[in-house]
Amino acid sequence: MDALTKKAYELRRDIIEEVYRSKAGHVGGDLSVIDIMTTLYFGVMNVGPDNWTDENRDRFLLSKGHCVDALYIVLGEKGFFDKQEAIDTFSAFGSKYIGHPNTEVPGIEINSGSLGHGLALGVGMALAAKMDHRSYRTYVVLGDGEMAEGSNYEGMMAAGHYKLDNLCATVDVNGLQISGTTAQVMNSADLGRKFEEFGWNVIEVSDGNDCGQLAAAYEKAAACKGMPSAVIAHTVKGKGVSFMEHQAGWHHGVITEEQYRRAAKEIEEVLR
Amino acid sequence: MNQITNRQVICDTLCKAAETDKDIVVVCSDSRGSASMTPFAESYPAQFVELGIAEQNLVTVSAGLAACGKKVFAASPASFLSTRSYEQAKVDVAYSQTNVTLVGISGGISYGALGMTHHSCQDIAAMAALPGMRVYLPSDRFQTKCLVEELLKDEKPAYVRVSRLPTEDVYDENILFRLNRANVIAEGCDAVLIACGEMVPAAVRARRLLEKEGYSIGVIDMYCVKPVDKEAILKAAGGAKLLVTLEEHSPYGGLGSIVSQIAGEYCPRRVINLSLPDCHLIAGTNTEVFRYYGLDEEGVAATVREALAKDGAAEREGQE
Repeated sequence: MDALTKKAYELRRDIIEEVYRSKAGHVGGDLSVIDIMTTLYFGVMNVGPDNWTDENRDRFLLSKGHCVDALYIVLGEKGFFDKQEAIDTFSAFGSKYIGHPNTEVPGIEINSGSLGHGLALGVGMALAAKMDHRSYRTYVVLGDGEMAEGSNYEGMMAAGHYKLDNLCATVDVNGLQISGTTAQVMNSADLGRKFEEFGWNVIEVSDGNDCGQLAAAYEKAAACKGMPSAVIAHTVKGKGVSFMEHQAGWHHGVITEEQYRRAAKEIEEVLR
Repeated sequence: MNQITNRQVICDTLCKAAETDKDIVVVCSDSRGSASMTPFAESYPAQFVELGIAEQNLVTVSAGLAACGKKVFAASPASFLSTRSYEQAKVDVAYSQTNVTLVGISGGISYGALGMTHHSCQDIAAMAALPGMRVYLPSDRFQTKCLVEELLKDEKPAYVRVSRLPTEDVYDENILFRLNRANVIAEGCDAVLIACGEMVPAAVRARRLLEKEGYSIGVIDMYCVKPVDKEAILKAAGGAKLLVTLEEHSPYGGLGSIVSQIAGEYCPRRVINLSLPDCHLIAGTNTEVFRYYGLDEEGVAATVREALAKDGAAEREGQE
């Protein structure tokens, strides 16, 4: 296991604790997307508490904002704030660590969470970089269920039209959403072809829970000029906790004490 | 009669400001012509973004640009900008407090004969209900210029609605403009007409008719529908028998509702809300439609005359 994938497992431990304590969150998606976020924040992007006010920092947007529970853990680990505070107060009364990204939390670029907004926000940020001749890159993470939102295709079209090679979208294709499989609910299959049709460079990642594969994909994306890149990351919902894997019911399930112990134990075993 | 539209004035003001400010960006949805933004697009192509017929994208991309330091003016027909893009306005502009001015062009019934799809008679209610969103309906070209100059000075979101045709001048170059303060055009003790946007010239004309008949009529230009100038409303309510609001909007949630809410709470006074009715509107030019629904000077004057006469009769009856 490479260092980043191992780190993602360490962060899974925190996610499980956060979700267990709060009886809130979207644990299935957190566990599918955590490798993507870990790769970006610890292996790809030039952003952290030290350069947060730098206009040239890379931008990250979590379009599938309901997986903010995972993002809090990553941002806390990155040093933007005390990670334990996020774990202790996630979704609590009066907490700033609410169920979708908001800018009261250090490290969050813009409020998000209503699905289908992130890509177009990213288009705006990437256009601004081009206008100002800045070198930062904008990374947007979407869900495959989210791809049913029509606004994504408006953003996709504009990014292709303006050849925004400083924009990189990642779709966390875990194949499940709240009501069942994406194939059943609203088939968004062959997402890569959809992006290609709009003028994007598409990079398929067969194991989107392997940070090594993801890092290689982001390297290819950064090297591609003249078109935006889409990383289609095939992941497993609930990855790392056997009883959550491939289960739509864990989209936002509440973890019992017994399940918490089992999940923590399984993650510890992988880390060992 | 003035031939310069408020949308042209917005473009001219932005062009002038862009001479020295490279962060001003205009964003359109195949609407540069209808928004009169072509001169800006031609003079500052690097500061102009075309997004095609995609109003949701227009608003969210604008927010993304603003989040990276741009001062964005997103111009699109008011009907689509305010309702089709409503969620984008709510989340990406108002909630995220991005420096985006949404310019709703051809507002109200500007596209009279094009029908309900192109009317925007819900936009004041919709936009005013968003926390952090300001709503402005400037009346004439002089006020529009001042408003845009002021909005360029801050970084907060706003919705500005203008009409399609030139609006009769209410002011001149010496206009006294204060952001979020109503322009009191005239004071009066029988009735005060409180209007916004294109209804302000109609209110001024109605006042002329009524003053000739001996009534004392005030006129307030409440271009700042949100935040509304509460002080101006209370002063008017305290000094006149009747308040009459005029707006090119549905009867629900617009200027009339806001004024009634304030007068009702702080200084109970009869308020008549003159607006478009709650129905699919009749087709026609805006002049024809306004006349049909009693929103031209004759209609407004008739409403005021009748209300004052009734109130006077009731008062006399009470004394007897």
